[in-house]
Amino acid sequence: MDVPPTKPGAAAIEMQAVAVSAMRDQSIQVAEGINWTVAAGDYWVVAGLQGAGKSDFLMMTAGLMPPAQGSYRLFGEEMPIFDEARLNHRLRLGLVFDGGQLLNHLTVWENVALPLLYHESFAETEAHKEVQKLLVALELAPWAESTSGTMSRNWQKRVGLARALALQPEVLLVDTPLTGLDLPHVNWWLALLDQLSKGHPLLQGRPVTLVVTAADLRPWKGRAKQFAVLKNRRLAVLGTWEQAEAAKGELLDEVYE
Amino acid sequence: MITLGVILRKIRTARHLIWPLIFQQTARAGSRLLPMFLFLAVALGLLVIGQTVSWLTRVGAINFLGTIMVIVVVRELGPLLAAFLVLARIGTANVIELGTARARGEVEALEALGVDPVHYLVVPRVIGMAVGVSALTVYLILGALVSGYLWAFVQDVPLRPGEYFRQLAGALSGLDFALLAVKTSAFGFIIAIVTCYHGLAQPLRLEEVSAATVRAVAQSVVACVLIDALFIIIYLAV
Repeated sequence: MDVPPTKPGAAAIEMQAVAVSAMRDQSIQVAEGINWTVAAGDYWVVAGLQGAGKSDFLMMTAGLMPPAQGSYRLFGEEMPIFDEARLNHRLRLGLVFDGGQLLNHLTVWENVALPLLYHESFAETEAHKEVQKLLVALELAPWAESTSGTMSRNWQKRVGLARALALQPEVLLVDTPLTGLDLPHVNWWLALLDQLSKGHPLLQGRPVTLVVTAADLRPWKGRAKQFAVLKNRRLAVLGTWEQAEAAKGELLDEVYE
Repeated sequence: MITLGVILRKIRTARHLIWPLIFQQTARAGSRLLPMFLFLAVALGLLVIGQTVSWLTRVGAINFLGTIMVIVVVRELGPLLAAFLVLARIGTANVIELGTARARGEVEALEALGVDPVHYLVVPRVIGMAVGVSALTVYLILGALVSGYLWAFVQDVPLRPGEYFRQLAGALSGLDFALLAVKTSAFGFIIAIVTCYHGLAQPLRLEEVSAATVRAVAQSVVACVLIDALFIIIYLAV
């Protein structure tokens, strides 16, 4: 990537009066009036019930669809970026889907290698080493030759993470990483996201800006730095854990109590 | 037009990834269907050509054999049959694969990774199918003509192989070869475009994939017949 990294604290994501459509039917609005800023190095958790629009919100944030209204900037550049000349800028942001969304005809190895080979980020032999490194770090090496249909949700989600990390994103959006996982995997995800936020060797120790969605805020206590709730088509920014607790009320009932 | 634009614009993009996919799709819509096509070529030879040769001999019109064979088999039946078979075997699979990928959110995953879905999913299928239909049509025509003669031979039709193939060669012109190549490529191209469009263009739910497949098959058949009609006009005009 030939885009210089952003200094910690500078705005990575800036939304002003943004409205979000449903990905499946863009005539339906799932959220509106979103004013939200994510600084580089932040670690956000956006909570909401199923159907609240978390996935649509993340997909819009990832640039897969334009905001229905308002302005959204990623590192100062207006989103969505469909222009190929600015693709490198868009790829500063990575997205991990709820179910991994692996290409079902490819093996785990091929899924993770796909972005590297497509963008020719590395020579083929280097790409092989990068993929191997990711698979080993995320404990996926035994699954390298498996296709997604033969794996449990626990592992599919990890492959989705490995694929997103392959492009070394500066901002990582993770859609409900803990939903439907066994407890050891839940703990693994919490620990890994913690490391990514502080700087993981996989990304040369560079802290990643994280935005995670969740149906339950409690596992994130002491881990995420900032919290927000998506409810009734509004994104309510709560602030730190202490501020969220202080604001506890109707807004948080469903995702905290 | 979008696909053509992507083919031209990204001809050098991700060659190590895309070219193997093109070869894979060409094999899928071409060489892997050869056994079925050879079986069909023999059937076509027995059912149509053998009987035609036999009847032309009985009515004393064997001199028209070459012209009739070229019009019926080379210009019309061969290309259309090949196109419909590839549509049935590979076109339907295209809609199901792409529609399922769309419904499962795999296309959004590609976009999130900066991988152009048209480049990665459609271009290899379009090129593979255009090449595949062209190649299979040639095998189908050759197989049908040879097996047709064998059928006539079994029926004791007094026609030597040399005379049979001399008549065929005499009725064929350079234009036939050129238009056959263009027409069969157009069939493959349009089948791939229509089936990929129905698989990818709209956000689908899994239960909508079967309806999309039916629509794609119907539209592909109509598109092929219209292209065929266009080529009949060209043949008549030239």
